[in-house]
Amino acid sequence: MDLMTELTIFVLAAFVGFEVISKVPTTLHTPLMSQTNAIHGIVMLGGLIVIGYADDSLEYAIGTIAIAFGTINIVGGFMVTDRMLGMFSRKPKPKPKTDAEAKPGGGA
Amino acid sequence: MSWAVLEPGGDAATALYILSFSLFIFGVRRGTHPTTAKQGNMTAAVGMAIAVATTLLLDGIGNWGLIALGLGVGTAVGVIASIRVQMTEMPQMVALYNGVGGGAVALIAWSEIRHGISLGEEIHLDTLIPVLFSAVVGSVSFWGSNVAFAKLQDLIPTRPLAAPGQQVINALLLVGILAACVNIAVNNDDPSQALFVGILIAAALLGNLVVLPIGGADMPVVISLLNAFTGLAAAAAGFALDNVALIVAGTLVGSSGTILTMEMATAMNRSVANILFAGFGGAPSGGGGATEERPHTSIGAQDAAIKLAYADSVTIVPGYGLAVAQAQHAIKEVADELEKRGVTVSYAIHPVAGRMPGHMNVLLAEADVPYEQLREMEEVNPELPRTDVAVVVGANDVTNPAAKNDPDSPIAGMPIIEVSEAQQVIVIKRSLSPGFAGIDNDLFYEPNTSMLFADAKQAAADIAAEIGQL
Repeated sequence: MDLMTELTIFVLAAFVGFEVISKVPTTLHTPLMSQTNAIHGIVMLGGLIVIGYADDSLEYAIGTIAIAFGTINIVGGFMVTDRMLGMFSRKPKPKPKTDAEAKPGGGA
Repeated sequence: MSWAVLEPGGDAATALYILSFSLFIFGVRRGTHPTTAKQGNMTAAVGMAIAVATTLLLDGIGNWGLIALGLGVGTAVGVIASIRVQMTEMPQMVALYNGVGGGAVALIAWSEIRHGISLGEEIHLDTLIPVLFSAVVGSVSFWGSNVAFAKLQDLIPTRPLAAPGQQVINALLLVGILAACVNIAVNNDDPSQALFVGILIAAALLGNLVVLPIGGADMPVVISLLNAFTGLAAAAAGFALDNVALIVAGTLVGSSGTILTMEMATAMNRSVANILFAGFGGAPSGGGGATEERPHTSIGAQDAAIKLAYADSVTIVPGYGLAVAQAQHAIKEVADELEKRGVTVSYAIHPVAGRMPGHMNVLLAEADVPYEQLREMEEVNPELPRTDVAVVVGANDVTNPAAKNDPDSPIAGMPIIEVSEAQQVIVIKRSLSPGFAGIDNDLFYEPNTSMLFADAKQAAADIAAEIGQL
């Protein structure tokens, strides 16, 4: 792939990121940050690629650690996000409000 | 030994990568709505599985034993850590995951440049420049995240740690790093590996020095920024490796992280530059100096219970202290007892309550607090003068009236929950000590404020028991 094609992809992806993310309720900021954090664990692919042409013990070590780090980032990131979001999916039963001051539920 | 099923950069591999990054985009998009967020995370995880599987099938992938070792260790650590982590420790967990991601990028860059040198040919600048970028940013992100983790985990002091002339040292380091990068780029036919390792070390130092002076209260912004940085570093690694999945996914994280960072900074009424370079340490006027004993009212759990039980409306203002003390369930019990007596209870959530936006919502959701009772600062402030009792649990800086009244305060202009407007205020806190910003809170000395000195969880449990007996 030539550099200009890659730059085109880069610029378009940046705009996609801005557009996709811009309207998020505060409640979801931490889970979303955690999810995007897991997504950049994709660098692990780089580890898989470079260890393919590693040819001395230092490169073996670097590559293996890079893969382990990237895998922690991916696996831990997605699992932790899932745990956080699991807290929200347990639908709380709305309690009957006691008086007229009950506010209308915000909903999503 | 290779499966050699897919040709790197070939149509099949690229098509699978396109599928995987589409799932990332779709997953993030679904992650922005409460009802679809969980599936969104799954969607992105499936995309990741496809990306990993595709890469494993590429021609040229080898050293399977080491790959299995890396994947195995990484999976085990990731699974165990995410099962064992407490909800309250989420921010530092994200910092840590972000750090290892940054570390992986830096190591990959190192491996790339070693490979380039060993080939003995000129390394093209469209490979070399992204490699240098990802090395520097990855290393900064790894060390910066580790410092953020250590601060949030209280392994090192949360208050700003700065040496005199720190900015000058940082600037010199940055100039040195850039000069070394230029040197490597100019000598791209035979770059010095020692110089490259020097760059990694200098960037590591820079990561430490930039984050150390930042106070604990600003850590979420820093983690979010480092998250964006790691994303960009991953994208750069994608340029170096000609890997479209890395470019798109990394860039996606880079731009989303930037938005989150700006939103957080806005919530604190400060600019990102201000947080990074000023630190609260710049003006020690309010902090470590002589804190004279000022008059305040101190009460016990029983008094607090009576004040609450006979109120019509109660607003609970939770802060990080609640998270630390694991008091969310105990507070929910207090709220339940109050609601049984017909008291209207709501929770006022400051945008930066806890240590990340939305962190407090996660904790309260864990305690089954109904979504409708969680209310945002802008919504609550106009109603506070009509609120009988505001209960501040482990929150400090976000309630400090100095942000509004004292233009010289380090937190001047930060939006606060104006609890001092409520008829009565009960502050549950372990002592009068200042919060993360390191400044005194005038709220504690107001005539309508009662201090309840206790661990938040214990205090809440006591109050709930007392209300039950009334």
